[in-house]
Amino acid sequence: MAKPGVRVELRGVVKRFGLVQVLHGVDLAFEPGRVVGLLGENGAGKSTLMKILAGYEQPSEGTLAVNGRSLCFDGPRAAEAQGIVLIHQEFNLAEDLTVAQNIFLGHEQRRGWWLDDAGMRKTARGVLDAVGLQKVDPNTRVRELIVAERQLVEIAKALSRQARVLIMDEPTATLTPGETGRLFELVARMKADGVSVVFISHKLDEVERITDEVVVMRDGHLIAQQPTASLTRAQMARLMVGRELADLYPLRREVPADAPVLLSVKGMSVPGWAHDVSFEVRAGEVFGFAGLVGSGRTELFEGLLGLRERSAQRVALAGAPVLPRSPREAANLGLTYLSEDRKGRGLHVRFGLRENLTLMALHRHAKPWLKPSSETAALEQAVREFGIRCGSLDVPASSLSGGNQQKLALAKVLHPAPQVVVLDEPTRGVDIGAKREIYALIRRLADEGRAVVVISSELMELIGLCHRVAVMRAGRLQATLNAAQLNEQELIAHATGTH
Amino acid sequence: MPPVPTDPTAVSNAPPARRPLRLPAIGPLLGLVLLCIAGTLLNGEFATPDNAMNVLTRTAFIGIIAVGMCFVIISGGIDLSVGSMAALIAGVTILLMNKLAPLGWPPVAVVMVGMGLAVLLGALFGLAHGLLITRGRIEPFIVTLGTLGIFRAYLTYFADGGAIALDNDLADTYGPIYYGSLLGIPVPVWVFALVAIAGAVLLNRTAFGRYVQAIGSNEQVARYAAVDVDRIKVLTYTLLGACVGVATLLYVPRLGSASPTTGLLWELEAIAAVIVGGTALRGGAGSIGGTVIGAILLSVISNILNLTSIISVYLNAAVQGFVIIAVAFMQRRRP
Repeated sequence: MAKPGVRVELRGVVKRFGLVQVLHGVDLAFEPGRVVGLLGENGAGKSTLMKILAGYEQPSEGTLAVNGRSLCFDGPRAAEAQGIVLIHQEFNLAEDLTVAQNIFLGHEQRRGWWLDDAGMRKTARGVLDAVGLQKVDPNTRVRELIVAERQLVEIAKALSRQARVLIMDEPTATLTPGETGRLFELVARMKADGVSVVFISHKLDEVERITDEVVVMRDGHLIAQQPTASLTRAQMARLMVGRELADLYPLRREVPADAPVLLSVKGMSVPGWAHDVSFEVRAGEVFGFAGLVGSGRTELFEGLLGLRERSAQRVALAGAPVLPRSPREAANLGLTYLSEDRKGRGLHVRFGLRENLTLMALHRHAKPWLKPSSETAALEQAVREFGIRCGSLDVPASSLSGGNQQKLALAKVLHPAPQVVVLDEPTRGVDIGAKREIYALIRRLADEGRAVVVISSELMELIGLCHRVAVMRAGRLQATLNAAQLNEQELIAHATGTH
Repeated sequence: MPPVPTDPTAVSNAPPARRPLRLPAIGPLLGLVLLCIAGTLLNGEFATPDNAMNVLTRTAFIGIIAVGMCFVIISGGIDLSVGSMAALIAGVTILLMNKLAPLGWPPVAVVMVGMGLAVLLGALFGLAHGLLITRGRIEPFIVTLGTLGIFRAYLTYFADGGAIALDNDLADTYGPIYYGSLLGIPVPVWVFALVAIAGAVLLNRTAFGRYVQAIGSNEQVARYAAVDVDRIKVLTYTLLGACVGVATLLYVPRLGSASPTTGLLWELEAIAAVIVGGTALRGGAGSIGGTVIGAILLSVISNILNLTSIISVYLNAAVQGFVIIAVAFMQRRRP
């Protein structure tokens, strides 16, 4: 595999989506045989920049050069031809095809007119061994693999494409410490081979461990490019956020000792996802849920809303025992849920803002005929109250930026005036300014006497916002920590089972 | 309560957003107007009030079904069985009315019962579709493909392979429902207009209509937004069934019989009317007005072919097919 290294350079890259500019002239070069950590908050523009590098998006302005030659990729295949491969955070695997078929998807080996299945299986075996999947048969369907194995199959696929520049977007989010260690050995081997690796991660200890150089982005600008050794973790965090973290989170107000319990869950199980989970949230409290991807947090609450099969010894809302059978029943009982998947479950992106906002409480505007004026009034109020910035009130939700879409989604789940609100990854894909506003909103919801549950993969967010944080691992509730005990090491230790 | 940081200029200061292109909305109407101009130029008889009423009366059956179909398609579903359903409803109501007539009931009462039964049967068939699709978790395409065969087979069985004819006295009483007119406008046209207006109000001005669009646009989002997805879906199929019942009760007095060829290919025409009217087959958005225009447009094509001899009448379905493909081509989403 000793092919020459590839030097990739981005020059003055600008990217706009409609009116929203997400990259403001980025200059960046990747040298062969180096591991670069790309840091930045959600919405900083990391993913967009990497998508441009790998041919999934075209820059609005600026150029891309490989070994000094200006190029224009019209799609990921063109980038792959130059050896640039991106492994997405969300996997790009066809679940019903086998591991070998996925590895060669779009690059099938042929013998004359026919597919060379035996040859592909043999090559697949080789790359699977290289990533530490000795136990996985190339004939296994991807559907049958667990998440960590799928992640490694993605990497094996990149290996089979002879990647010279490998971009990994949060590859360790779903891996156990052991699997992560194996991945890092592989990265070291590729580096020795002259491959440049771009490693996007929120886990600063990992960035410290395997990268040579750190690149920090914030709000579409390149903020810093420095040798990893010259930075401490705290300095990295400060560069990412751009201000002291304390400014980001509004002051926590103590929950009164006599505050009533608004949501009480005892012995709740969701088959395959959560087992015997119990917790209570009081009025005025922000209660966090930490855990790795796949630890069952989202599924637990989908079960609570009746979206999945589940069982529980006792669930009570504001003291009354109930177990909602559907999100509709839950909303009527004063419990609403903001999905982590904004485009797939949170908003109708093709609908207007008004239709999105009022959908969960339409009965308020239809008596029995829908009153557009009443809906518009509600939208005007929500735009003011939630600080939704939109060109006009008549645009589809898809024309808003990620942060404003998220504010609209929040306004939507709060429109039925719930007493208990569950926010799943409330700041995913949102820029730092919008984050601040969302944090202030969450604080206000609690101060108004609601019970707020926040599920988040950003530990800093949970530490900054919550009164208490429950940590889940593999479907079980490992620990519930008070504000005084909250710190990153403690949370990670419980979440990964290394406590 | 102190609001989150607010920007008072948020709305007014931003540049005006571009309005989405409204071509799909006027496209069908433009097509209809052009077609009418062509018809007028080709044959002097085309632009007469008589011919216009004739076209509208013939449109009524498909048009009424298309209004119901519009709800089903917007919700992301489909119903292939409406033609067979209409045939079976026609057969069963005629059989029932023929049985009731000798019992000494006044003919008017018998006809009323028959009409009521038509709507009831349609709604029940639709309800069955809806329950199989939601509770049974079977694809709408499969469920209604199955009932397409079932309905027509039962009609053929009841008719013993031939036709079921309505009793002559009853046919005389029932006749005006198809042949009569009110203020110079045929009864079926009145009913079509009422159904269309009710459909438009239901789709655009009620929570039900909004839910139908929300489900078709993205079922998961609707489910998470506390919409009772299954109930709304069942209602759309029931509504379509009732529309088929109404269309059938208008159709029965026209020929006074039901045979294995009754309602043949109506499903195609109804779905085509919805699609030509600008509703996307993938669901989410659509309009009753467009559907009405789509239905009229399709029957104007067949009318012009009948009146002129440029293209053989036998090619009527082919011309309609070309129109559907052309419209879908123009409306396809740009990547």
